Amino acid sequence: MRFALSEDQTMLQDSLNRALADLSPLERVRRFADRDECSAPDIWAGLAELGLPGLMIAEEHGGLGLGLVEAMLAAEALGRVVAPTPFLGSAVLAPLALALGGSAEQQAHWLPKLASGEATAGVAISEPIAGAREGAGVIASDGRLTGKALFALDASGADLLIVADRTGGLHLAQSAGSAEPMPSLDATRRIAELTFKDTPAEPLASNQALGRLRDAAWVMLAADTLGAAQTMLDRAVAYAKERKQFGRTIGSFQAVKHLCAEMAAELEPARALVWYAAYAFDHAPDEAPLMAAHAKAHLSEIGRFVARTSTEVHGGIGMTDLLGLHYWFKRIGQNRQLLGGPERVREIAARLQGLAA
Amino acid sequence: MDLTLTPQLAAFRDEVRAFLADHAGAHEGGAPKDPKAWQALLIDAGYAARTIPKAYGGYGAEPDILKGRIIGEEFIAAGAPRGMSGQGIAMLVPTLLEVGSEEQKTRWIGPTLRGEIIWCQGYSEPGAGSDLANLQTKAVEDGDDFLISGSKIWTSTAAQAQMMFCLVRTEPQAAKHEGISYILFPMSTPGIDVRPLKTMTGSAEFNEVFFTDVRVPKANVVGGRGRGWFVANTTLKHERGMLGDPNATEARLKALIELMTRETVDGQRIIDNPVFRDRLMQLQARVFSMKFNGLRTLTDDTAGLARMVVKLQGCELNHQVAALAIDALGELGILYHDGPHLRAKGNWQRNYMFDLGLIIGGGTAQIQKNIISERGLGMPREPKTVAA
Repeated sequence: MRFALSEDQTMLQDSLNRALADLSPLERVRRFADRDECSAPDIWAGLAELGLPGLMIAEEHGGLGLGLVEAMLAAEALGRVVAPTPFLGSAVLAPLALALGGSAEQQAHWLPKLASGEATAGVAISEPIAGAREGAGVIASDGRLTGKALFALDASGADLLIVADRTGGLHLAQSAGSAEPMPSLDATRRIAELTFKDTPAEPLASNQALGRLRDAAWVMLAADTLGAAQTMLDRAVAYAKERKQFGRTIGSFQAVKHLCAEMAAELEPARALVWYAAYAFDHAPDEAPLMAAHAKAHLSEIGRFVARTSTEVHGGIGMTDLLGLHYWFKRIGQNRQLLGGPERVREIAARLQGLAA
Repeated sequence: MDLTLTPQLAAFRDEVRAFLADHAGAHEGGAPKDPKAWQALLIDAGYAARTIPKAYGGYGAEPDILKGRIIGEEFIAAGAPRGMSGQGIAMLVPTLLEVGSEEQKTRWIGPTLRGEIIWCQGYSEPGAGSDLANLQTKAVEDGDDFLISGSKIWTSTAAQAQMMFCLVRTEPQAAKHEGISYILFPMSTPGIDVRPLKTMTGSAEFNEVFFTDVRVPKANVVGGRGRGWFVANTTLKHERGMLGDPNATEARLKALIELMTRETVDGQRIIDNPVFRDRLMQLQARVFSMKFNGLRTLTDDTAGLARMVVKLQGCELNHQVAALAIDALGELGILYHDGPHLRAKGNWQRNYMFDLGLIIGGGTAQIQKNIISERGLGMPREPKTVAA
């Protein structure tokens, strides 16, 4: 037994971190955020050279055939640099939906294209997981979808869409009637409102698929927050070692260094929780839903604490657009709300153990 | 990440389970019927003093953290008491093994393991708490002996203990950290006065100990004269590991869930109140985090920071678990001592108060944050304001 990353996993993490430092520096993120681009194909193409789009896709379909532990490491690396990529929808959730509920034809048609990065996929599963806001929800009937799906992930410009209807059934659509961007706090990833009106869609088999998608998405959002929060901690520490006031570096003041210690003390055990949640998804399916829920909810709380505390350690400069720390702050904030805020997710965690009706 | 047990470890788990099933009658309500017999049985089976060499009265197994963990988990699952603990076994024995002389190891380790000698620790003083190296209890040379004078505080089990391991200043001319020695002596030595120190729990978990010309042979120094600070630090490392133990926290969370599913208000179970349920889930996520963090510290070479946060986070979490239990009990939560309505013998209330002491003791939360930021994150030290 070893509760540690394997050599291969450490190598994957290192090579992703190195590649992302070049592909997605702050200036590139800023350009994406400022120009309202709906995708950053240069970054995705660069990551495709490492096989990232096909990370979880079976080798027979041109992917690497790895598990959620590796995807979790990738999500952490992407969160570290707040990279604008369709990783969650295109490389994790859509391949998972196709693997669990797709026909042989659907898999053979889409998985190789997703694995190479030639096609990308969006995922609209918010309503049956986070709850439907007024007027939202999709109804499926006779191979057609009608209704609105809000907070769709990676859907703008996607070549295929995975859509959950109100009952939790999954469907594969090539396009929606319309896909309107929903301007949000976090400008490093795009979310959209999809409107369907008798739109043709192919149903996916398997009634377990939505639950697995939810668990995977929760672990990925937690890992993205873990990476983003780690960067915010690292930057706070670096700044506190450099900035001088009263003739001393501010990091020598306990009032400041204790804030950094508190961030580290919260984040380090949370890392172990995210690792275990991903491991459980791959190897201990009975525990996976509870661990995914706890990882999502707990990282939402820890993330919020680190985001505000790191900003505070930076003082006034932390608030400025110039420093750009706010991209991490907002990414963490968005991960918290997406697919269920912590209160809702904890209620599900209680239900999973028979502690709530 | 590979959390499957090897066939050898799975077999070991079965062995521990079989042992616990065979001896279920030897304990009751989580305590052994005959503590010394239970201890002897555990040492003999390798479930206590496991890695201590046979020559010194232990079981003599190779260190294997995973087997240690399995033993811990299975004892908790079976509700069986672990071997004896206390400061002698948890702190003195590992210290002697690391730096003691052959004579000291042979003389003290065996009887300590068997529960024949109870030890207390003489570290903190009224003027030397977080700044422990500032301790002033002095040991003055007198022939082959030292004469010890001064006082210690926060001394657990001083009234029951036969022996003390103590930090004293033997070299008053040396720098603060270099004038200290680690020394052993019987509590029956003339000149020792123990006074109970009652805390907010209503019990005297600690004592003050006063020394007036207490005569102790120089040969009782462990690890060399003037080396006491370094010897003590090996001991503190063991203490901090013990204070944040995630197994103990997990057991308490289990008890809290039982409490919340059993207790009712106006016929409604506490667990059916969404506010309490949400607080419980928040704590459960933290308990899982600390559990997996603990697993990681055992097997991951990159877990230095993860190890440093255990005392700070673990003690705080224990305190919060007790706090939620008291809140969940509502007005019942104010009951204490005894009475027909008291729950769990008042243990939640006692833990809530005593755990605050553990947040402070063994290196306060603030000292832990200094360690995490300075050694873990590489931040600069607080400049010295007063010359030492």
